[in-house]
Amino acid sequence: MEPRDEIVESTTETLELPTEPMRLVMGPAHPAMHGTIRMVLDLVGETVIEADVQPGYLHRGFEKSCERGTWAQVFPYTDRLNYVSPMLNNVGYALAVEKLCGIEVPERGQYYRVVLGELARICDHLVCNGAGAMEVGAFTPLLWLLKAREWIFDVLEAETGARVTHSFGRIGGMAKPPTDDFAERVRAALPKVLKTVSEVEALLIGNRIFMDRTQGVGVLPKERALSLGATGPVLRATGVPYDVRKDAPYLVYDRFDFEVPVGEDGDAWDRFSVRLEEIRQSARIIEQALDQMPTSGPVSVDDPRVMLPEKDEVYTTIEATIAHFKLVMEGFKPPPGEVYSFTEGGNGELGFYIVSDGSGTPYRVRVRPPCFYNLQGCRDMILGQTVADIVPTFGTINMIGGECDR
Amino acid sequence: MSQAVVERLREVFGERILETSAFRGDDEVVVAPSDWVEVVTFLRDDSETAMNHFGDLTAVDFPEREGPRFDVLIFLRSIEKRARIRVRTRLRDGEPLASVSSIYAGANWAERECYDMFGIRFEGHPDLRRILLYEEFEGHPLRKDYPIDRAQPIVEYREVEGIEKLPPFGIEEGQPFARVDWESRLAGKDLQVSPSLAVQQGQRRMLSDSAIAEAEEAALESARESAGEG
Repeated sequence: MEPRDEIVESTTETLELPTEPMRLVMGPAHPAMHGTIRMVLDLVGETVIEADVQPGYLHRGFEKSCERGTWAQVFPYTDRLNYVSPMLNNVGYALAVEKLCGIEVPERGQYYRVVLGELARICDHLVCNGAGAMEVGAFTPLLWLLKAREWIFDVLEAETGARVTHSFGRIGGMAKPPTDDFAERVRAALPKVLKTVSEVEALLIGNRIFMDRTQGVGVLPKERALSLGATGPVLRATGVPYDVRKDAPYLVYDRFDFEVPVGEDGDAWDRFSVRLEEIRQSARIIEQALDQMPTSGPVSVDDPRVMLPEKDEVYTTIEATIAHFKLVMEGFKPPPGEVYSFTEGGNGELGFYIVSDGSGTPYRVRVRPPCFYNLQGCRDMILGQTVADIVPTFGTINMIGGECDR
Repeated sequence: MSQAVVERLREVFGERILETSAFRGDDEVVVAPSDWVEVVTFLRDDSETAMNHFGDLTAVDFPEREGPRFDVLIFLRSIEKRARIRVRTRLRDGEPLASVSSIYAGANWAERECYDMFGIRFEGHPDLRRILLYEEFEGHPLRKDYPIDRAQPIVEYREVEGIEKLPPFGIEEGQPFARVDWESRLAGKDLQVSPSLAVQQGQRRMLSDSAIAEAEEAALESARESAGEG
């Protein structure tokens, strides 16, 4: 490396001695890198002058694995994409296959998907904001927000049987209809969660240390964010009100009254604030959805070519036995074609580009991972910042290794 | 909703738009690889299309198809027009494609991933190296002829150009101020750890067996001498 005297002079006036840039490797075994990202940094003093962000440490061949099972067997893999909000991935993939086949899920199922999905989004933002605050030194918010997440997990566990990896989506609906007291339990949990969020907000908003660590840190300009393909809170923090739920409403999102919070500067503070506000907007959507949701009726399409029959019918009738056998052994067969379906995931536009050759196995499943493109902006955000600023910047990007590396 | 974009492209490029389709509402145009950069640049810069938001770039492998093997697709979006378009081009195996990473910054990593997974080379890409896999990985896993259960060779020690970008680093990494035998280093010999210094510091495991034996021999020798004197 060449000595960079001129940069030293321009950044730190008090330092007179010439110095060489230092190469620092951050991660992958670094607590703030979430264990899956390696950053090679060139530093002058503490200032980052060049950065190479290297993902890939959690690559496990998601897209290749999808090409050897049936269409339904992709669901467990999607749980492990964004494992902080698996329900959104389940529904995103189901919507892609349904778009390919032209299937419309019954209204009750659509509302059910919305409520579960928004609960998952709240979980995602709780974890991101809590971990982000913890990484800059505030440990209490993480503990309180994880406690709040536990109340949501209780609801999800009662509905799906699993706390984190639900695998609850199905092509053409959901695995089970809502439990009888679903609405009551959600209505009981939400106010507690919102109260905790307000308490955390009181700890952090207006907290001088937290503000100094996040304001003006990790700035991504608006045009650059668009060119990079950033979506979700990272893009909205720069002031672009792009939310798939508003821009191209899917499910029944066009029936709800909610706002898309945007930031101004695109810094870590804005990303934090946008997520905080989105938790409240998600809660608004859930309340409206529970009011509008039909209390009876099917949640899945009534089509034996798509949905597995009820278990008691499988054991008692020959038709259901045959249908079950065909669906499990050969899989559901969508028509040949290619579609791109996109939903608003926890981190932005979660797209599935799927190619079918008419057989029971996907020909190609491409995930458009929001984290991957958001993380690509990380280099822009940290250049010229100090090493300590990398932590809040990276924390508010909310890189999820499972989705970024697939 | 994006039909206007397709119309605009047809108007400007005419015959060079090879196919269009709108299956399930996904508007798509197919262009030749030679028109790839021009069409993508036009979509971004034209005021009627204004595709300023990069969506995605990926590829699909069709090894059994007559003609070109790979489809490369780019997904673009316009914030103002609320329109989407998918542009596709078809490539033969080994045929390079011009990079669009200078047009959309987001294409940088996407093209690296395409290269990583399919072995498609993007000409003019500033930094075309693998992104999700490692440099010594053999083959390109999303090609259909790559078996899913294929085992990869174990990488023992890297001797790759540009090693500063790859783990693990060289032997001196992380210990530039200690355990360097400056005498032999300044004399132009190999970088090596000074045996006596290392033994003193309890760094025996870093030495070869013969070096340890030598050091121990020397220590015994001096012990004998001092015993003889005594």
